Amino acid sequence: MGSTMSFALNPEREREMEDIFSRYPNKQAACIPLLHLCQEQQRWVNDDVIAFVAEKCDVPTAHVKGVVTFYSLFNQAPVGEHEIWVCQTLSCALRGADKLLHHCEKRLGIHHGETTKDGKITLRVAECLAACGQAPMIMVDKTYHENLSLERVDEILDALVGK
Amino acid sequence: MLKPVKILTKNYDTPDSHKLQVYQSSGGYEAARKALGMTRDQVVDEVKKANLRGRGGAGFPMGVKWGFMPKDGDKPSYLVINADEGEPGTFKDRTLMERDPHRIIEGCIIGCYGVGAHTAYIYVRHELHLSKERLWGAIHEARAQGFLGPKPFGVDYPVDVFVHTGAGAYICGEETALLESLEGSRGEPRLRPPFPAQRGAFGCPTTVNNLESIASCPTILEMGGEQFSKLSSLHKFGDGGCRLYGVSGHVNKPGVYEACIGVTLRELIYDLGGGMPEGTNLLGVIPGGSSCPIIRPDDIVDAPDPKSILHEWHGKPQLDVPIGVDTMRNLGTMAGTTCAIVLSDRACPVLAMHNLARFYRHESCGQCTPCREGTGWMLRILDKIVQGKGSIEELDMLHEIASNIMGNTICAFGEGASMPMLGFLRKFRKEIEDYIRTGGSSSTGRLAL
Ligand SMILES: Cc1cc2nc3c(=O)[nH]c(=O)nc-3n(C[C@H](O)[C@H](O)[C@H](O)COP(=O)(O)O)c2cc1C
Ligand code: FES
Repeated sequence: MGSTMSFALNPEREREMEDIFSRYPNKQAACIPLLHLCQEQQRWVNDDVIAFVAEKCDVPTAHVKGVVTFYSLFNQAPVGEHEIWVCQTLSCALRGADKLLHHCEKRLGIHHGETTKDGKITLRVAECLAACGQAPMIMVDKTYHENLSLERVDEILDALVGK
Repeated sequence: MLKPVKILTKNYDTPDSHKLQVYQSSGGYEAARKALGMTRDQVVDEVKKANLRGRGGAGFPMGVKWGFMPKDGDKPSYLVINADEGEPGTFKDRTLMERDPHRIIEGCIIGCYGVGAHTAYIYVRHELHLSKERLWGAIHEARAQGFLGPKPFGVDYPVDVFVHTGAGAYICGEETALLESLEGSRGEPRLRPPFPAQRGAFGCPTTVNNLESIASCPTILEMGGEQFSKLSSLHKFGDGGCRLYGVSGHVNKPGVYEACIGVTLRELIYDLGGGMPEGTNLLGVIPGGSSCPIIRPDDIVDAPDPKSILHEWHGKPQLDVPIGVDTMRNLGTMAGTTCAIVLSDRACPVLAMHNLARFYRHESCGQCTPCREGTGWMLRILDKIVQGKGSIEELDMLHEIASNIMGNTICAFGEGASMPMLGFLRKFRKEIEDYIRTGGSSSTGRLAL
């Protein structure tokens, strides 16, 4: 291991990694924040990332694999440039989340769970994102869009895909 | 009784409310300064007198929990703040993080001192990027001022606060799963005992508090515990203070509102929430997050025994009982996070059940067989019913499965998944049977308006 590792963080993230380690009494605790850091760099977690995090956190790769497969936000396969999450849980469903999801699927020509052919957008369903009072809502990458109408969704999609 | 207040939310509408300067100009950090001038016992005592029942859902008294923490020992202690906010229908903690993060940092200083910790971790669900950014911003500002660090307010009691993030798993809101996740593992709940106060984060004594609970501490210290408690009309039941209420679903004004404890579900729906959309009637309300059994508008309080805490509401609609930890428990439901989900008669109760069953199936961590298998089984039955292929026998089976999960799992997720199913079955049996018999044509066929 180690010397053949093919994943490396860029210098800025490298510094952030040191900062992360300084917060905890042991290295293992940095596992999840570190996985996020790596995923931010290349959008998904492959075996190289797993090996990298395992070595840095001083835990077996099996441990990191276990973590990656447990949490739904770690991408175990490549995803689009942008990720759209449509909340489908009860409060959003009561305010039209279904329609919103179908609208996105139709507009993008994909089902949820899929990525557009140009690799630009991955569409997904999410469970309650703590925005229930502003339902229906979607999350695009790191941004919440709330109190949505279908027209508003169109604007958001237009801006993402370019017309 | 509805008594809206602006205590936790007092800075919400001020421009730049997330900045230190704004927070301090309204008296911010004075309570922490005061606390660090008191003894640890005095601080815990104030919190006990405040009768603050945990705002994360279980309603455990915060002061009592702090009292479980050891006074000496060779291990460090930790304070862990639960901001995983994943319970469907719940969206209150996020407003505090986004709009008044310094209140949380101040609460952490008081909390650390109260439980004998020098480090606090705020566990925020990953998706709440703005919340995390605001918390980090507040931490950096407080550090620069010396409020965090080796000598807060000149007192030799180092305190540091860090934000830790999850990665999309509702179960990590459960406090022992949260600790596993904080330690860098899969969020699988731990067996208790040992309780976190004995062995929590990193094998050390730990207190886990909900984010709103900890954000209430500055006010408790400022007003005095007893005064805080007396804000509530349920003070006499040991349920004190003011809190955040949420209302979502079919109401005209969904949102987060602050009020003294004593608000009824009717007031939450019709006064705070602006009432039902035109042309609809109330079908039912889920009082405090999706795990709480639903209440119908025609449910009546049955408490003829003068010793029952519900006796003063005997014969009245359940909607008119103040939402409290013990009042709701006695009605067979829960106050939970006091974020209510409102369903009008446009919504089909079978589809609502199905939506929640899907959520719990997706979120079961799979560690305990009754929960892993049971949630899958419940969803499969509801799938069939929704498609018009279910039978009455399967409805009975659904009831049996839900009952068998209860009490047979390591953590309370099992109850959380079963109780709403049992609640719908109890309150909407007739509607569900009609759905099955008519293959769904008795239903509105929808959840949205
Ligand atoms: C499945 C499950 C999910 C939970 N999710 C949360 C949550 O998102 N936020 C929270 O504060 N408490 C949550 N809790 C409750 C915590 O286990 C714990 O009781 C709480 O954080 C303690 O803080 P409090 O006493 O201040 O309420 C959850 C419990 C269970 C069983
Ligand atoms: S149900 Fe969609 S954000 Fe809560």
